[in-house]
Amino acid sequence: MQLDSPDREYMCPGHVGCPGCGAAIAMRFVLKALGEKTIMIIPACCWSIIAGPYPQSTLKIPVLHMAFETGGAVASGVRAAQDVKGDSETTVVTWAGDGGTFDIGFQALSGAVERNENFIYFCYDNEAYMNTGVQRSSSTPYGAWTTTTPGQQWKRLRKKNIVEALVAHRITYAATASIAYPEDLIRKVTKAKSLTGARFIHIFSSCPTGWGLPSEMSVKIARMAVQTNIFPLYEVEEGLRYTINLTPKGYLVNEYFRLQGRFKHLSETDLTHIQEMVDEDWNLLLRKAGSVPEIF
Amino acid sequence: MKQVLEGSHAVAEAVRLARTQVISAYPITPQTHIVERLSEYCADSTLAAKFLRVESEHSALAALIGAASCGVRTFTATSSQGLALMHELLHWASGARLPIVMANVNRAMAPGWNIWADQTDSLAQRDTGWLQLYCEHSQEVFDTTIQAFRLAEWLNLPVMVILDAFFLSHTYEPVDVPRQNSVDRFLPSYQPRFKLDIEYPCAFNQLAPPNIYMEMRHNIQAAMDEALIFFDQVEDEFEDIIGRRYGPVEAVQCEDAEIILITSGTVTSTSRQVLTELRDKGEKAGLLKIKLFRPFPTKAIREHTASAKKIAVIDRNFSFGASGIFAQEIRAALCNHPGHPPVFGYVAGLGGRDVTTAVVEEIYWLTKGNDMPQPESIWVGLHEVDHAIGQS
Ligand SMILES: Cc1ncc(C[n+]2csc(CCOP(=O)(O)OP(=O)(O)O)c2C)c(N)n1
Ligand code: SF4
Ligand SMILES: [Mg+2]
Repeated sequence: MQLDSPDREYMCPGHVGCPGCGAAIAMRFVLKALGEKTIMIIPACCWSIIAGPYPQSTLKIPVLHMAFETGGAVASGVRAAQDVKGDSETTVVTWAGDGGTFDIGFQALSGAVERNENFIYFCYDNEAYMNTGVQRSSSTPYGAWTTTTPGQQWKRLRKKNIVEALVAHRITYAATASIAYPEDLIRKVTKAKSLTGARFIHIFSSCPTGWGLPSEMSVKIARMAVQTNIFPLYEVEEGLRYTINLTPKGYLVNEYFRLQGRFKHLSETDLTHIQEMVDEDWNLLLRKAGSVPEIF
Repeated sequence: MKQVLEGSHAVAEAVRLARTQVISAYPITPQTHIVERLSEYCADSTLAAKFLRVESEHSALAALIGAASCGVRTFTATSSQGLALMHELLHWASGARLPIVMANVNRAMAPGWNIWADQTDSLAQRDTGWLQLYCEHSQEVFDTTIQAFRLAEWLNLPVMVILDAFFLSHTYEPVDVPRQNSVDRFLPSYQPRFKLDIEYPCAFNQLAPPNIYMEMRHNIQAAMDEALIFFDQVEDEFEDIIGRRYGPVEAVQCEDAEIILITSGTVTSTSRQVLTELRDKGEKAGLLKIKLFRPFPTKAIREHTASAKKIAVIDRNFSFGASGIFAQEIRAALCNHPGHPPVFGYVAGLGGRDVTTAVVEEIYWLTKGNDMPQPESIWVGLHEVDHAIGQS
């Protein structure tokens, strides 16, 4: 593992996340790579709770808990203040859920990226509003049950592709990562940390509670998401240069779906349709990753 | 040095002399001249501040909450729709005890679109934990903006400096601008009591369960109580160094007055003229200008109105289903004060309609001609309309 100080922990034991929480695993690895010279902004999400109530904090770095939609903007202000004080060393990061990133916080994020603010935005993606009890977000995948897409009204819309939306901003660095591939995750955080400008890391973070999944399956399901091409691991530099970091085995999606309570209503026909969508997205990504080096 | 400044530029000049470190704002008429001037100062390094040109007012205040949490001096300016959009974060700024200073140019809320003077935008934010200071002229705007930083940083509470659209924001007046070293003496560099610090990592604004939340709120009120006292101290120091003071309220000929007009903002200047004319006619009129609205100067208002027979409050704002907001607050301040005078409430000048001397005079005579106020506000100068909804 490529770690400056692999033994250092910046997350204390005693966080209050659910057993098997992918968001907690993600935080632990990310902080190992970021180190102590980090200021973190956490807009409303499960992590507002996981970090613990006043006067405790499970994180050993300064944390600014903030309103739900403000991740991009608050980081801009923190960065500006540190710069004014002559501190260019501290890494400023936002740590937000998919709701705070894809939906309500998208405007502030888009603004911060357009301004190329010098910070790293982490989105831990558990594919719904978990803090408030598993409501759908624009990151909720096609086919999923949530408490606001119940019964026959399960979500029949695609998941928003946040990385591509930010790539369209020509963001300095954007990458996907997964709790199932910690070396890849840590390498990406370390790389992001070495760059300046707006950087975005999208971390697939399983949620046993919201997905209807046994807690010990958290990491396995995240690995399956990568291996089925549902959540490919890749990075994009300057909004142009695509690199696919792992060639998946390309398993069929069925088993991934069958293991999760949130998809249990899906028929074979639905799964066939989903397989087509996954294949389509994967081919699109391959084309982007393949064609670009010839031009640049 | 005397300069002829627009109200907006008086704000910008004060923000420059205050050596503000981070500014973030989003344009809205009639606040634009403030941020344009500050952008120029930052561009030509007249002011060594970072200017964040964010994508909304919500982000403007969010960014300042981030910056102020790092312990730097911050400023923003907005108006009307922009202030309303900030609402959630207005609470956040005070709850996080951050000394952010904001200029709000009082403008009417839409619909219909109306860019002119009306206080409902800022008064609708009265419960958000910000100090609110209403200004009458450009000199006061300038001085108050400088003072706002002292108040904010001492109390760890955000402060709103408020000026009327156009009547003040776009009107040129002579303003005495003190030297930088005088301002520095009055307003030394900001020494934060707490800040995000990698040497001393803390979590701010985290989950606050019922066993602690109420105490946090009580602490904010304690700071508001302190603000009433500290306001005078700040004015003493400002007067010593710069030579001017205003008071949380200003009483003009109230000692022997039978009818006291209560005003705020630029309506006060018009009312001063009416007062002179009324006194010339032998009328026992007085004028009480309210500058400090949050915290509300209850004690001062009680004292200055103690011997009056009637009070007439002029509100350029309105709370639907209730009344003019200053009138409401004044009634609340007086109600447990034995023998207080009756409060007549008048609404005038909404959406930038001119409050002329004739309007103020009419208010005076209406008050004099009636023994007791009616419970509802009296809307002065309403035109006849024949297309109103719900008035068949
Ligand atoms: C303006 C506003 N609207 C709604 C909420 C309620 N709320 C808090 S967290 C949350 C969902 C967060 O979802 P996400 O960002 O995906 O993070 P997760 O909880 O899934 O970790 C919602 C809806 C809020 N705090 N603020
Ligand atoms: S609901 Fe999901 S994301 Fe939230 S703490 Fe529990 S497992 Fe983690
Ligand atoms: Mg989520």
